[in-house]
Amino acid sequence: MRGALHQRLGHARRIAAVLLSSQYAYMLEYRAEIVLWALSGVLPFIMLGLWSAVDAGGGLGMSSLQLARYFLSAFVVRQFTIVWVMYTFEEDNLNGRLSPYLLQPLPLVWRYVAAHLSEQATRLPFVAMLVGLFFLLYPAAFWWPSLPSVLLAVLATLAAFALRFLMQFTLTMVCFWSEKASALERLLYLPYLYLSGLVAPLALYPEGVRAFAFWTPFPYMVDVPARILAGETVPVLQSFAAMAAWAALLLPINLLLWRRGLRHYSAMGA
Amino acid sequence: MGRYLTTLKVFWIASLTAELEYQANFLIELVATAGNLVGSIFVLSLFYGRGQSLGGWSWEGALVVLGVYTLLEGITSTLLQPNLSTIVAHVRTGSLDFVLLKPIDSQFWLSARTFSPWGLPGIALGAGLIGYAAWKAGATPAPLTLLGAALMLVASLMILYSLWFVLAASSIWFVKIWNATEVLRSVLVAGRFPVSAFPAGLRAFFTFIVPVAFLTTVPAEAILGRASGPWLLAGGAVAIASVVASRWFWNFALRFYTSASS
Repeated sequence: MRGALHQRLGHARRIAAVLLSSQYAYMLEYRAEIVLWALSGVLPFIMLGLWSAVDAGGGLGMSSLQLARYFLSAFVVRQFTIVWVMYTFEEDNLNGRLSPYLLQPLPLVWRYVAAHLSEQATRLPFVAMLVGLFFLLYPAAFWWPSLPSVLLAVLATLAAFALRFLMQFTLTMVCFWSEKASALERLLYLPYLYLSGLVAPLALYPEGVRAFAFWTPFPYMVDVPARILAGETVPVLQSFAAMAAWAALLLPINLLLWRRGLRHYSAMGA
Repeated sequence: MGRYLTTLKVFWIASLTAELEYQANFLIELVATAGNLVGSIFVLSLFYGRGQSLGGWSWEGALVVLGVYTLLEGITSTLLQPNLSTIVAHVRTGSLDFVLLKPIDSQFWLSARTFSPWGLPGIALGAGLIGYAAWKAGATPAPLTLLGAALMLVASLMILYSLWFVLAASSIWFVKIWNATEVLRSVLVAGRFPVSAFPAGLRAFFTFIVPVAFLTTVPAEAILGRASGPWLLAGGAVAIASVVASRWFWNFALRFYTSASS
């Protein structure tokens, strides 16, 4: 009994290793593009410029150092939570690549998860360089987060990535019924953009809007991990519980849509 | 000239018919554009709600800047993005050969071949916001103001087009960096706010390196009727220079085009 379990775990580990290493090699080929994708995440820095100019007048309730650290952390968190599974899936579906993938004895989702994780690994050195450049331009903002808060931030970022992936992958299932489903992602991106804390720390939102935002999954995708990384006090347990609750809500919907979608699926292309 | 206009009509009617196959997308685009506008206004209100202003601009003035930005975004998704994003595919597959052989200017063909109606909600909402906010700000539609505003909007379109075109055309050398236009798009987001709201270093960057200031702030000043002579002149000069530069760059890039080997 134990032997069988052991064997299955070993098998899973081998599959994961092969998937990740092949996807990583593939992503390395596209590192120029990935650098540009990373650069296109400059929004937190633009917003930092605006907020710090306003802060010169004082009265924000956040020091300019806190602002700088928050937005830098938000940039880093965003870099490692970017999800594009919907676009790849749509393309695979329209080009008829989905059918051979579905024949493989491996749930399709792991292929996409491995692609995302490998892409993040490719980004890592470049993001580190940008962070270094930031501190070179703004040395006063430098800080060493404590080891527990780094570990916690990594964990929160991974959870945020998982939640966002799950959310987009659930929406991706519409691709089984529609050819241009990725347009829907534009709608999902809106509340993410304005409620996640990319444009401003949620602490600066009016009380009512902030309370509303925390009833949605979006603040847990940027604001919470970023504040942990920036060394601010965050209700950690409550936040992780909220993320788990959202995941528990989305997962069954995702699985249900996946099964119905597969039944509806008729291969595209020749 | 007449030949170009006739061709343009044929191009755009053909692409419109193709795009109208996906009518549900129009609704999605409308909701997305309106939602984005509401979100942007909310972000502005975060600044103004606490009694602060952005770089000395009034709330209505800042709304005019946002309106100009929304208008430009709409034009980007109507014309610039659908056309210029295909240059890289032409280079990769070698079909640029056919474009170059056509008895029509290749830069014109590449820049105006398709027309996507999905940016129209942005154009309408942007124009509406500009009109409303300018009226609220007490701008008077004096002939001279209107003329200055129209000139500066055209200048800003010329600059925006040239930025996009030069980046897209550089795919003749670097096939893999087609998403450089995504970087441009993300930097241009700064145009949602008056350029004077940024700290000195970023302000210089957004004026001289990526001329975001000339894209939204200068036209908004002109619409509000308070553009000064030097800025109008500078806007015009930058616009003409950038279009000439894009033309020169295209001819220069073509010298390096060696077609895709099959």
